[in-house]
Amino acid sequence: MEKSFSDQDIANGLVKSKTGINGLDEVLDGGFPVGRSTLICGAAGCGKTLMACEFLVHGATLFDEPGVFIAFEETPEEMAQNLASLGIDLNQLIAEKKIFVDYVKVDRSEIEETGEYDLEGLYIRLANAIQTVGAKRVVLDTVEAIFTGFANESILRSELRRLFRWLKDRGLTAVITAERGQGMITRHGLEEYVSDCVILLENHMREGIATRTLRVVKYRGSRHGNNEYPFLIDQSGIWVMPITSVGLDYPISHDFISTGIPRLDTMLNGHGYYRGSSVLLSGTAGTGKTILASHLADATCRNGERCLLIAFEESAGHIMRNVASAGIDLRQWLDQGLLHFHTARPSLLGAELHLLTIHKLVTEFQPSVVIMDPITNLVQIASLFEVKSLLVRILDFLKKQSITSLFTSLTEGGEALEQTNVGISSLMDTWILLSNIETNGERNRIITVLKSRGMAHSNQGREFRITDRGVQILDVYTGQRMLTGSARLYQEAVERSAAEQRRVELDHRKREFERKRRVLLAQIEDLQAALDNEEMELRQTIEQSEQQDEVRLSDREQMAQSRQGDTEASQPAQEGD
Amino acid sequence: MSELENNTLGDEEILSDDGMTYQLRLYVAGQTPKSLAAFRNLKKICEEHLAGKYVIEVIDLLENPTLARGDQILAIPTLVRKLPTPVKKIIGDLSNTERVLVGLDLRPLR
Repeated sequence: MEKSFSDQDIANGLVKSKTGINGLDEVLDGGFPVGRSTLICGAAGCGKTLMACEFLVHGATLFDEPGVFIAFEETPEEMAQNLASLGIDLNQLIAEKKIFVDYVKVDRSEIEETGEYDLEGLYIRLANAIQTVGAKRVVLDTVEAIFTGFANESILRSELRRLFRWLKDRGLTAVITAERGQGMITRHGLEEYVSDCVILLENHMREGIATRTLRVVKYRGSRHGNNEYPFLIDQSGIWVMPITSVGLDYPISHDFISTGIPRLDTMLNGHGYYRGSSVLLSGTAGTGKTILASHLADATCRNGERCLLIAFEESAGHIMRNVASAGIDLRQWLDQGLLHFHTARPSLLGAELHLLTIHKLVTEFQPSVVIMDPITNLVQIASLFEVKSLLVRILDFLKKQSITSLFTSLTEGGEALEQTNVGISSLMDTWILLSNIETNGERNRIITVLKSRGMAHSNQGREFRITDRGVQILDVYTGQRMLTGSARLYQEAVERSAAEQRRVELDHRKREFERKRRVLLAQIEDLQAALDNEEMELRQTIEQSEQQDEVRLSDREQMAQSRQGDTEASQPAQEGD
Repeated sequence: MSELENNTLGDEEILSDDGMTYQLRLYVAGQTPKSLAAFRNLKKICEEHLAGKYVIEVIDLLENPTLARGDQILAIPTLVRKLPTPVKKIIGDLSNTERVLVGLDLRPLR
């Protein structure tokens, strides 16, 4: 049989055959080993058959690798029905010769054994099936069923050993499913023959909540994830959450995303949250966490970006109605497909599965903002430590994709306000605290930016009100101490009246001055008039005396003329005058 | 040339006293020692216990691989009793005559 990989590939290490199952290829560092056999084992109902089916169907539909399914447990009709619920048309694939299903019925009651035999019949059927579709992938589900059909175990064991050798020699990528055994990986010790890659599926029950997990027990010659990975089976098949310690190599953004409240933007640095950062919104009950979060959702959608809102407490309808009363219309964004609600009771799934669900939703919806309201409810279903580790993983996942995340956290009354009960504040880039201050028998809301990495944020607690136009952050009160509510109003009134008083006083002083000025001006005018008078009199006197002088001179000349004095004689008289 | 070449043995015209014919099918894969032994043993048993009221059909799966699915054949050799119903299967080289007779419902298990 022609092998699907070249010698060069082999030299470069193990060649992988993609399963196409979400997340599984990452865990397996590429997929199942090409040309080798992979063992999937687990107890009944763990999803072994489904995983094998998906491997085969994806091979046929996505990777152009036809496959053969040897079913020991289900008839092709049953398989087709099961896969139809995942939207896979098995009969179509069979008709297109992309998949061949052979149902092998093993029933001991019909079989009598006398003497030597081998399982050549199985080989012949397998070889024929492989040839029919040109298969590259083979699934044997569950091959150990033959142990129930035949009594001679030594023959079976040597035949199984031969079977896996036979598959390997033909370069087929095989998947064998097996039941979990007591004290060993599989009931009949198949891991002895199939030792290249062993995957264990389990179903954990914790406090009545089931969590499916997957673990790669062994993968010869390949890197692989070592942890237990939770996985989910839903209408789109298997989803594995491959998140591990991703490390801290996130893309760094210098872009901002508006909080939806202009004054809160101003409190941060004038622009809002950093894109891809994590925001924690903590506060006691009724401080407006959901409304503040809805502002972000509204602003994001208004910007034409998608937002995923995960609510653990309220239904989508509830949230939309409640925030509509604060003037935030989320329904329009829902209708436009920009907003997606995911509502679930925390106790519906295990914590791991919640995060897996989120992982899946984010991958499908590609939002730029994810809001979780509130994360504290997760504590109901897992320990603090677990919730914290899960949040770390989800944060890693979101940050890697530069998705801005906002988590609300309910602080119980009586606890220190600046203590989140999940203890995750250190993971958060921005932490906004909403609190109630009770004074004079009323409660008033205060918003404070406790921290915001990488920006010079305001350090002032600001009162805010929830109005029918959303959250309104009130003016900065710059007095000596912070006042809220009616105390603030009273103080403002006091200050206003003091200012009024000052203004009145000033006006009065102004008028007084004006009056004085006018009086003084009048006095100045009087004096000026007196001065003018004096000057005029003086001038008249001078003029009169000059006229008299002239008159006297002319009189003297006339007299001289009349006395006929010589002109010289008159001179001294002139000088002497 | 070989023992297995003649696919149908016995005389179909000859019916037993109660009109019942044993219709037997022997599945083999090539002429392996096991297959040949099975055929020899079967023929001997039929001649001794079902003389004149049996038909044996030998199917070589190497030549007709698709026929293996119809009778759900895994082990080789497999003898299938098609008639009388219910269908019975006996696997192995049929070396234990006693068990073959039990398998064919010809003798109660002691």
